Amino acid sequence: MTDILLIALAMSLLYISIANRLFTYLNILVFQGFILFGVTFLTLTKISTVNLMLIMLETIVFKALAVPWFINYVIRRNGITREAEPYLPNFVSLIIVTFITVATIILSSSIKDVNLDKTFFVVALSTIFTGLYLIVTRKKIITHVIGYIIIENGVFVLSLAVGNEMPMLVNLGIMLDIFASVLILGVFFNRIGDLLKDPDINHLRNLKD
Amino acid sequence: MIGIFLTGAFVISGWLLLNRNIFINYTLLVIYMALLVVFGVFEFNHLNINEFEFLRPDALGVLLLSALCIVAIPVIIHGYRYIEIHNIDETPKSRGLFFGSMVMLISACSVVYLSGHIAVTWIFIEITTLSASALIYHHRNLRALEGVWKYVFICAISITFVYIGILFLSLSLKDAGTDDMSFESLYANASRLNPFWLKLAFLFIFTGFTAKLGLVPMYTAGIDAKDKAPAPAGALLASVLMNAGFVSIYRLYAVMSRTPLQHWANTVMIVAALLSIFVATVYMTRIKNIKRMFAYSGIEHMGLVILGLAAGGIGVYAAILHIILHTLIKPSLFLQYNQIYWVYQSKSIYDVGDYFKYNKVGAIVIFLGFISATAMPPSGLFISEFLIFQSLFEAHNILILLVVLVLLTMIIWGFGSNIFKLLFIPPLSIEESKVPRISPWESLSQFVLLGLAVYLAYNPPMLFVTLLQDAVKLIS
Repeated sequence: MTDILLIALAMSLLYISIANRLFTYLNILVFQGFILFGVTFLTLTKISTVNLMLIMLETIVFKALAVPWFINYVIRRNGITREAEPYLPNFVSLIIVTFITVATIILSSSIKDVNLDKTFFVVALSTIFTGLYLIVTRKKIITHVIGYIIIENGVFVLSLAVGNEMPMLVNLGIMLDIFASVLILGVFFNRIGDLLKDPDINHLRNLKD
Repeated sequence: MIGIFLTGAFVISGWLLLNRNIFINYTLLVIYMALLVVFGVFEFNHLNINEFEFLRPDALGVLLLSALCIVAIPVIIHGYRYIEIHNIDETPKSRGLFFGSMVMLISACSVVYLSGHIAVTWIFIEITTLSASALIYHHRNLRALEGVWKYVFICAISITFVYIGILFLSLSLKDAGTDDMSFESLYANASRLNPFWLKLAFLFIFTGFTAKLGLVPMYTAGIDAKDKAPAPAGALLASVLMNAGFVSIYRLYAVMSRTPLQHWANTVMIVAALLSIFVATVYMTRIKNIKRMFAYSGIEHMGLVILGLAAGGIGVYAAILHIILHTLIKPSLFLQYNQIYWVYQSKSIYDVGDYFKYNKVGAIVIFLGFISATAMPPSGLFISEFLIFQSLFEAHNILILLVVLVLLTMIIWGFGSNIFKLLFIPPLSIEESKVPRISPWESLSQFVLLGLAVYLAYNPPMLFVTLLQDAVKLIS
């Protein structure tokens, strides 16, 4: 069951690579949040109940509901156009994300370590690299934020792989989530919206030598 | 004592944020400075005694903490001067935010120095990002917004990298049969760590911390940050915060030095260091913004520090000496920069000139600061750079040494041509009636810092040398 959920997560990456509208991105974020909720419940069987509830609460409230809702609010409030505006055509994106996934599978098959669950490793790494790829190839600042949240989802999957032995690390991951997202989204994006009516990355190109 | 210090710092910082009364504001700052000094002296006298299980004032931590105490006091005083002079834009709210985040940044950095657990380091590095971003965004304009956005985004990505590295480190610990991730336990179990995961962990954690230390690949955020932050805050970002990155990398490298992977780690660090010095050279030779020039000079010095660390031998000693002297020298340039801005109202090299005419004492500071930062004798950095070169020579890295020497010469040329323009060549246009008279007292703190750097390098007290040698022993 865990494997099915994780593979669904990997498939959502292919979908996000060809998505055109920002709201599709948000739907995928919600979808990934629910998947992570399920994976947490199925994987972390050995940790204390209170801790498990805390982690699950974080995935459902924070990853699946609050952050997508807040991004939605920012998009509407600042009247951001709905296009994702990639630099590359969708078809090329699809090929590249597929390539990323295949490369991580090949990489993980070269690792001989009994301590590691390969599925977690492959899905986590391909999510992280897809997030980086999205940041590099999309024009809007808001898509950069979405790319960063996808990276965080990947990191969360990776932390689940070691979560049973070291619950402290999963808790740290949650701290990272809350801290970074609140920092990036809450304080500054709001301000960017106030100062820049059209939040395009090209407005932030003045600081240079 | 760390408990008292942290609680005190949190209370003072929170109070500063909420408080609107100018008298209470400055009283709180005086209390904080006293608290910081007491804390520094206390930790100095309690070397190697763990507190709260994970906080351990070892020799390196105490050295850097003392440097922080010495730098923080003039920075806070100049912060006060900065807010006074900028009076038109400043509201009680912005003043509170400025000093509150400054207190938070200094406190978070001091805990990073003393941290004995990689997770504690990580958490407090996050807090430095938060407080630094509030300082960078002090002016609330579009440029500051751009600077802070880039800083926050790159720091968020690099902190994620560090977290991934910590996850890999935990995988490599499984072979050793323990899950204690304190540095003590990592040193003890170093020989039993899984080398594959350890390599990945080192790569990710090193890359992540370069955002704070200021090395290729993540150095970019720091440059914009130091440029856009008010100069007193820039002084902190260019010294104290970089040391926080250094101490984190140093402790991780100490783990690597106990494994057969040390040679590999050295190669990674040498590549990053060389690229950093190269990048610094490229920008230093054509840069026209004084503040960014100081920031790039920091990148160059951090490259040298990491080079010394990777060369080993006397290089490790030199690296720690170098970073402490740099902590004293760089803030003095940033603090003097404020006065340059008061005179010319510009940070572009095209608008400034003939500084000797408008502010004699300040011009002497700039001149001495230039000599210090480029490591010409009698600068203290001359000693440490010389030792770093010697260690490179002894490690048979002659080619690297030659490349670095050529690059450093170019940096001195670029730095020098800008500084001499600032000092001696008259500016194209300046309204002399508008130039304010600047009191020589403004430069006092910079003379003290620069003088201290010379003193520590040429006539080091025995205690200082012993601490340095203890810090070097961390690497075996």
